[in-house]
Amino acid sequence: MLSFDFDYFRPETLNEAIDLFQFLDQQGKQPMFFSGGTELITLGRINLAYTEAVIDIKDIAECKIMQVSGDQVLLGSTLSLTKIEEANLFPLLTKTASEVADHTARGKITLGGNICARIFYREAVLPFLLADSQVLLIGPNGKKIVPINEIFQGQLGLEKGEFLVQVATENRFIRAPFFSVKRRQQWDTGYPLITIVALKVNQQIRVGISGLCPFPFRSKEVEGALNNIGQSAEARVAGAIAVLPQPILDDVEGSAEYRLFVLRNLFFDLLAALDRVQV
Amino acid sequence: MKTYTGTLNVNGESRMVTVRSADTLLYTLRRMLGLTGSKPGCLNGDCGACTVNVDGWPMKSCLMLAVEAVGKKVTTIEGLADTPIQKAFVEHFAFQCGYCTPGFIMNCHSLIEQHPDADDHTIKEWLESNICRCTSYFEIEQAVKSVLKKT
Repeated sequence: MLSFDFDYFRPETLNEAIDLFQFLDQQGKQPMFFSGGTELITLGRINLAYTEAVIDIKDIAECKIMQVSGDQVLLGSTLSLTKIEEANLFPLLTKTASEVADHTARGKITLGGNICARIFYREAVLPFLLADSQVLLIGPNGKKIVPINEIFQGQLGLEKGEFLVQVATENRFIRAPFFSVKRRQQWDTGYPLITIVALKVNQQIRVGISGLCPFPFRSKEVEGALNNIGQSAEARVAGAIAVLPQPILDDVEGSAEYRLFVLRNLFFDLLAALDRVQV
Repeated sequence: MKTYTGTLNVNGESRMVTVRSADTLLYTLRRMLGLTGSKPGCLNGDCGACTVNVDGWPMKSCLMLAVEAVGKKVTTIEGLADTPIQKAFVEHFAFQCGYCTPGFIMNCHSLIEQHPDADDHTIKEWLESNICRCTSYFEIEQAVKSVLKKT
């Protein structure tokens, strides 16, 4: 139950959505783009999110696209994680997204909503960081296509009035061998502790991690250490641990020490899974 | 108050409602339409007690605004009278207190519709969305499998 009121708009085109945002912003309505809306509904319930105008973009055609186009897979930002899972056009994304929340909730949570969320896990971005995907954004200054590794630094660097429309990923990354594991503190349904995803491209392992720091990340330094194949697995893992971004999360789900313990073991599992794969 | 007037299709009937734009589908079903079978539990999308079916798929009605449901087909537990999955829950005694039961049945019904050949992995993946405080999980599994076998 939300204690505040807002106007609800459902634009049918990208330009209509952008114009609405500018208009409502000028009126001081603190407009918010909305797709699955789970974060507004859950955080709004406890007064951690607020808006006076919701712009629901889920009916805009460009945001719902899901297709193979030439040598790319295009995924719209308002696709639910369940739809992405059922279509399985990007197996690493399917596996990673299938660990977000639970199955029914994933029918409401969208790709763009997860990538742009305030919750720090945002696991759905990891496969795209590893695959050097391109994002299509739209805002008051029009459309722009940007490499996700340029614009995602802990969070998607959206300017005011911009939103994510699509993500494009080349087929050569879609088909690459991968590793994706989520560890929880308790059972299969507890809150996430750490998610690690990896892709092997040109004999090099790429790694993305969520739940370790207050932001999901891909680190070239971590990858450099793990790909140092002249060294033992122990030395490679120790090298990767030494160059992790900071800070390490230390909360009720797991202490920093415990998270590093889990991560260390996940690194060994990852190397065991991908070291022998020839690509 | 910012309100929105529209038509909801619930259990095959068109119902005109005027709601706050901020009202959830769960609140609207219970308070505006008198359909109290969908249960408020966590109100945070975690427990699954409020699960309904929207256009054939399970939906936690506490995570959906009523205005988002305009133009969609909503089915609640009241719309599943005499369905095989309801009978299976009774026959397998797949509940104790019964509070989570409507949500479980709606999720099972959606699973049977979408994946009538669901294997153990799929059943587990789908039903992990619901929580039963009385831990009737074994009986719930038996109930849904008894219907899946017949389809």
